[in-house]
Amino acid sequence: MTEAAVCPVPHDNRVHPLGPPAGFEDAISNGPVRMRWPNGVEGWIFSSYAGVRKVLSDKRFSANRDGAPAMRTEGEPVLDSSQPGNMNAMDGEEHLRLRRPLSRGFMVKRMAEMRPRIQQIVDEHLDAMERQGAPADLVASLCLPVPSLVIADLLGVPPEHQELFQATAKQMLGKNGSKVEYEALAAQLGEVIAKVVAEKKASGDTSDMIGLMVNETDFDQEELMLLAIGLLVAGHETTSNFFGLFTLTLFERPDQLEILQRDPSRADVIVEELMRYTIGRLGGAGIQRKALEDVEVDGVTVKAGEWAVISLHANLDEELCPHAGELDLERKAVSHLGFGFGPHQCLGANLARTELQILLQSLFTRFPNIRPAVPVTEMTFREDMITYGASAIPVVW
Amino acid sequence: MPKSATVRIDQTRCIGSGQCVLAAPDVFDQSDDDGLGLVLISEPPAELLPGVRDAVDRCPAGVVSLEE
Repeated sequence: MTEAAVCPVPHDNRVHPLGPPAGFEDAISNGPVRMRWPNGVEGWIFSSYAGVRKVLSDKRFSANRDGAPAMRTEGEPVLDSSQPGNMNAMDGEEHLRLRRPLSRGFMVKRMAEMRPRIQQIVDEHLDAMERQGAPADLVASLCLPVPSLVIADLLGVPPEHQELFQATAKQMLGKNGSKVEYEALAAQLGEVIAKVVAEKKASGDTSDMIGLMVNETDFDQEELMLLAIGLLVAGHETTSNFFGLFTLTLFERPDQLEILQRDPSRADVIVEELMRYTIGRLGGAGIQRKALEDVEVDGVTVKAGEWAVISLHANLDEELCPHAGELDLERKAVSHLGFGFGPHQCLGANLARTELQILLQSLFTRFPNIRPAVPVTEMTFREDMITYGASAIPVVW
Repeated sequence: MPKSATVRIDQTRCIGSGQCVLAAPDVFDQSDDDGLGLVLISEPPAELLPGVRDAVDRCPAGVVSLEE
């Protein structure tokens, strides 16, 4: 058998900042392919819609690395897969025990109740942007602070610690995150959270996530701490990156932006299509699962103990929808994989959807002529994080 | 007379993602007690079936079923 080719892993070496890494599409064009990551770990990459759904939902694939090295372009993950509360690395009942009580905090109706508060936060930031005048950096003015304030609100953590959340996220999700620095920041954040925990214990309040975890679950202190930090980090990092990427996608497609501006009340459907297309086009191959026994996927056998890695290029699979390679904001929502699939599907998906809908509606209604101050291809993107996004988005209006 | 269709949620494996509520809000809800999916109309009329099929397809845990 020939040696597996080295995978052109996202996000290195993109030809266009919103497109796949060079050579990636060619590499996966003939179905599943076995590749080697720069740190020597090998695995199968799946990029068909059905294949990705199978890898993410079939119980024969485990999310637990069980001490095995993760696929990395560089560095090592700061979180141990066996750390209590690291539910991303758990399967079955163990995972459900942590996941289920948290779902309650992200219920669809709860998100609907949060709308006015999110709208208020967005409006305040748009007001500030207008007062300050053009040019502005959309990342600093809107993309970062809004999700950060919203998740702090949802958890019940005082919002003035935003910078600490961001610094922690940088270590937790950085490609070269330092375990030592992460632990120091997590300890600081831990003190902030511990104070909230004590207050919730005393008051019995369950109106926010920490209150809910403290008063209505059997989570121990260590689990609760890591889950709270995880929610804070995940809650602002991902939404913030994607709002930036959506905006850039629309800047490059005035014809599609016009569809949003014509009828902003369709923001719910539009967010789904932007999510499907933007993530699909980036092609990210990141999430990995270990086969517990031999499993057939897309015509190949992933042997017991081997890795399967999914590429969200699957969002552009014609099996999902017609002309899947095209952005079409008039499309009705389809079951894309932008939030993942299976038991580990993004816990905060409904919150992210709500925030992204409000952000899109508000930004492009309030500033109908907003446009990039420099071409998208000249902007800088974050290559140092597992999560991808623009470092700054200079805009004028 | 068309045969009726029956909707079910396997609550033992439901993760409370709420995808079914987004797909068919008239047919599904989430319990205030635990966030898990609830079937409001177990034999929905024909006009609600497309939404239910969407819910079956979207459910990340694969626990929504429709017997037609």
